[in-house]
Amino acid sequence: MIRLEGVTKIFPRQRVPAVKNLSMEVGEGEICVLVGPSGCGKTTTMKMVNRLIEPTEGKIYVNGRDVADMDPIKLRQDIGYVIQEIGLFPHMTIAENIATVPREKGWPEDRIQQQVDILLELVGLDPEVYRHRKPADLSGGQRQRVGVARALAADPPILLMDEPFGAVDPITRAHLQNEFLSLQKKMRKTVMFVTHDIDEAIKMGDRIAVMRAGELVQYDTPDRLLSAPADDFVAALVGHNRALKRLHLVKAGAVARTDVAVAQATRFVEEAKELLQTNNSPVVVVVDGLNRPKGVVQREELLRRNGRAALQDIVNPLESVADEDATLYDALSTMLNYGERYVVVLNHNREFQGIITFGYLLELMKENGS
Amino acid sequence: MGFWSLVVSRWNNILESTGEHILIVVAAVCVAVIVGVALGVVITYWRSLAGPVLYFCQVVMTIPSLAMLGLLLPVFGIGYKTGVATLILYSLLPIVRNTYAGIQGIDPAIIEAAKGMGMRETTILRRVKLPLAWSVILAGIRTAVVMIIGIAAIASYIGAGGLGEFIFRGISQWNLQLVLLGAVCVSLLAVLADGLLKRVEGRARR
Repeated sequence: MIRLEGVTKIFPRQRVPAVKNLSMEVGEGEICVLVGPSGCGKTTTMKMVNRLIEPTEGKIYVNGRDVADMDPIKLRQDIGYVIQEIGLFPHMTIAENIATVPREKGWPEDRIQQQVDILLELVGLDPEVYRHRKPADLSGGQRQRVGVARALAADPPILLMDEPFGAVDPITRAHLQNEFLSLQKKMRKTVMFVTHDIDEAIKMGDRIAVMRAGELVQYDTPDRLLSAPADDFVAALVGHNRALKRLHLVKAGAVARTDVAVAQATRFVEEAKELLQTNNSPVVVVVDGLNRPKGVVQREELLRRNGRAALQDIVNPLESVADEDATLYDALSTMLNYGERYVVVLNHNREFQGIITFGYLLELMKENGS
Repeated sequence: MGFWSLVVSRWNNILESTGEHILIVVAAVCVAVIVGVALGVVITYWRSLAGPVLYFCQVVMTIPSLAMLGLLLPVFGIGYKTGVATLILYSLLPIVRNTYAGIQGIDPAIIEAAKGMGMRETTILRRVKLPLAWSVILAGIRTAVVMIIGIAAIASYIGAGGLGEFIFRGISQWNLQLVLLGAVCVSLLAVLADGLLKRVEGRARR
């Protein structure tokens, strides 16, 4: 889908090439993350794909066509481009921002408006509320969502993303990453993603290209990168706590335990106690009539309680939760944040999907690691 | 004769001269905005021209207005044309400079996002650069307007009309109240124009 062949870029009045004889291929529907320290040439590489920068040597093919032969305007209109939130046009409304490329492409106005609403919904912003707002009225996370929506506006098959989630706090970033990954599951875009954050690379990438001083050091799956770093540089980049980083590779929804005790909020404590006799569960998950968790009661606490109490009166409010798309890394940090030994995993409808306990997480890491 | 009775007796005269004054200034500013913004935009694309163009505009500003009128008189003749031409030249610097600075001051990430999405350069200029630089350009226009309202008074000397008439007649007739009348009217006009344009600017900034 995107192929680079012997690409070199030397900027004017500089002797050292920014990118040196780089060859790589990004497969269709894959997220390829370019990662490396600043000045390693990752952004330069990405910008050569949509010809914001012209290579000094070498060829770049998009869908088998040499980009040097294509009209740069047309090329760019078919490649979504996301940069940090500051790239939004501050004088335009959210709708106008998103409509940029469709407008350039000359879509009819009613189709543009329709598409704007679809995209706002897609990135989780209510069109009624946000359509006519300006970027300055939005939070950092919302602005980055708009940035993604704007890049997707004309449904391009390829996305270039330059530190798209760089300017927000870690919790919001994790959310945005998860949302993007679940979008990507449906969209299957070919994505080139630039970051300096190895954790983000491991989490987002189907394949990771580690760059240093303009050269490609290793191009591999996250798993291979962690288990077999090509040299000391890559090993240092992925760091010592590789076992911890592996947690990025597993989705909470995929491993959450479902063999735990679940009881309706209207049940009594003694009924829950009976449940625990047949089930080795460390907690009882209390759900409402729609299977949405209301909270959790620890095993020990339940056993202490009077059997005549209703579960809804003794349940602790639910704080430690994770979406099914969250990674085990997110799940662990949620546990640490709330000081709990468990995290309840919810599906997209906020229904109970399973639970991950601290002990279970350790077991998973043992199996998965080393 | 007191100052107020002078104002009352010359009321029609004042209105007429003020109208002329405004007309000359507006005509000059309209042309200067078109030329100045165009020049300011051009030098953002050909950066090597920026220095010389801004320098030229600055040199123009240093020429005494009376001399400038004299220099342009053979070209445009006696009357408002020479006056307007002079005022255009004086307005250029603030407008060109602010257009240039306004566009240069836009966050490069915004321009790059626009380019990266496949916007054509003309569209970027029309829909991104000029709207974002607009409040800075307006500030330049305001500076120019306030300045040339004063200079326009001198243009009356070569028959351009306007409030300068009172001043020059007052000087030649040794009538200081007439001079005062002209000066007060010019100042008042400048203050009003400044206030009005400030409000427009404030609205553009939002």
